[in-house]
Amino acid sequence: MQLVSPAVTANLPASASVAIEFRSVEKRYGQGPIILDAFSISAARGDFIALIGPSGCGKSTLLKLIAGLSPVTRGELIFPKSSANDSFPADPSSRTGSLQQDLAYVFQDPTLLPWLTVADNVALPLDLRAAPSSQRSELVRDALALVGLTSRAEYYPRQLSGGQKMRVSIARALILSPQILLLDEPFGALDEMTRDHLNEELLAIRERLRWTAFFVTHSVAEAVFLANRIIIMSANPGRIHREIRVDLPYPRTPGTRRDSAYHQLVDEVSQLLRSIEGLVAV
Amino acid sequence: MPRPKLLTFLLPALAGALLIAIWHFIRVTLSEDFRFLLPAPSEVITAFSEHGNELWRATLNTTAGATLGFLAAVVVSFILSLLLSISPLVRVTFYPYLMLLQMTPIIVFAPILVLWVGPGLKSVTIITFLICFFPLAVNTTQGLVSTDRNLVELFQLYRATKLQEIRRLRIPAALPYFFTGLRIAATLAPIGALVGDYTAGSSAGDGGGLGFQTIIYSSQAKYPALFATAAACCMLGFIFVAGVLSLSWFALHQWHDSYERADT
Repeated sequence: MQLVSPAVTANLPASASVAIEFRSVEKRYGQGPIILDAFSISAARGDFIALIGPSGCGKSTLLKLIAGLSPVTRGELIFPKSSANDSFPADPSSRTGSLQQDLAYVFQDPTLLPWLTVADNVALPLDLRAAPSSQRSELVRDALALVGLTSRAEYYPRQLSGGQKMRVSIARALILSPQILLLDEPFGALDEMTRDHLNEELLAIRERLRWTAFFVTHSVAEAVFLANRIIIMSANPGRIHREIRVDLPYPRTPGTRRDSAYHQLVDEVSQLLRSIEGLVAV
Repeated sequence: MPRPKLLTFLLPALAGALLIAIWHFIRVTLSEDFRFLLPAPSEVITAFSEHGNELWRATLNTTAGATLGFLAAVVVSFILSLLLSISPLVRVTFYPYLMLLQMTPIIVFAPILVLWVGPGLKSVTIITFLICFFPLAVNTTQGLVSTDRNLVELFQLYRATKLQEIRRLRIPAALPYFFTGLRIAATLAPIGALVGDYTAGSSAGDGGGLGFQTIIYSSQAKYPALFATAAACCMLGFIFVAGVLSLSWFALHQWHDSYERADT
């Protein structure tokens, strides 16, 4: 589904102001092994960063650190936007309010509340805020329109297909107009057709709402199709192995998948991944 | 799903008729001397009209005890389960005693209870409460602590308060467990009230309930009346279970997998 006129094109990041910066971030749980080691990257506003690598490389942990669901062990995680309080303290409880409102998470599972209708599920982030929003129904309608589920507003999650549930989950993430969107293998459980389709929709939405995205995936094709930067990670401990820039122009369409540059990149990333897995096996 | 309506009524009716036929058949094969052990269905119906007043009064008394004890158990167990689910410390401290409560033999406890609060409705209510309490508390607590980890993280992400997490997430997620406990308690409540009345009922105050009536009829060898009493107990149990099942349907059928999907 094409939601945006192709005229609204911009090859991101244009004015590269920094959205998130990792400075030698280290993460371990208790006295356990180091999950993430000396992790340093700087994400510009509007970057779509795909994280790919063998299991155990700390991809999902990385998202949890950004979301504040888990504290950083060492190093710094910086969100330059909040001028007063630049650096992120390791303890998430000491964070100030505005930060997390700017951030949304799409989990591996749709994580919908089965006892709420689609509309109420989408409105959950609004309803959990202290002040009731006067634009609740408007925002819900817009969010559902973005993912093409307007007609399903009064359905319960169990009446939806897997792909539709994931769409609801995305609508819920987008309702607060986040600056940063974290996606943890959101389409991993879906069939390939649905996955391709949702990838296209995701990019179409991105043309309108310019968030910075971190997208964890196991699919090389998906990473190349979506991202402008692919971070290939190695495991034990999780480190950045290589970064690949994807210079395919946005907006990307199903036609992009027939592009020879696209295929070259898929091959390149796949080979890099295979070399890492080789390293792990030895 | 459309179900053949006729069959759902016809089949149970046929089975019932068959049972009554078997009942009659067994009765006629008994020698005259032993026929009193198995009164004919007609005799039971006669007993109903003969002892109608006292059976009705006894049924009302037992219903009152069962209902009060049941409701009290629902309210108290829910509050306790909330406390248990919020604090692991409280859980560790009190859980063994919850188990102990379940092990307490009510029959032994009943005479002491009668000394404490006197016979009749109060004792029956407390005994019903004790019997219903355990399955409710255990299931509800289990439900409150089994919330999907991902959903809890989702609530943390949106910085929900603890109260929001309990009200909007833990309690609705615990509802299917709560109703499991409620279904068990609903079958136990009439039995609890009956046992309570059998051991702690009395004609002194309110004339006693079905349990007390059981003692009287058996001592008077009024076997058809005993069968009528049993039928009244069944009826009471049926109403309890049917009530809880419909409540559960109202609360869960739209979203929970235990109910057939209301198709689109």
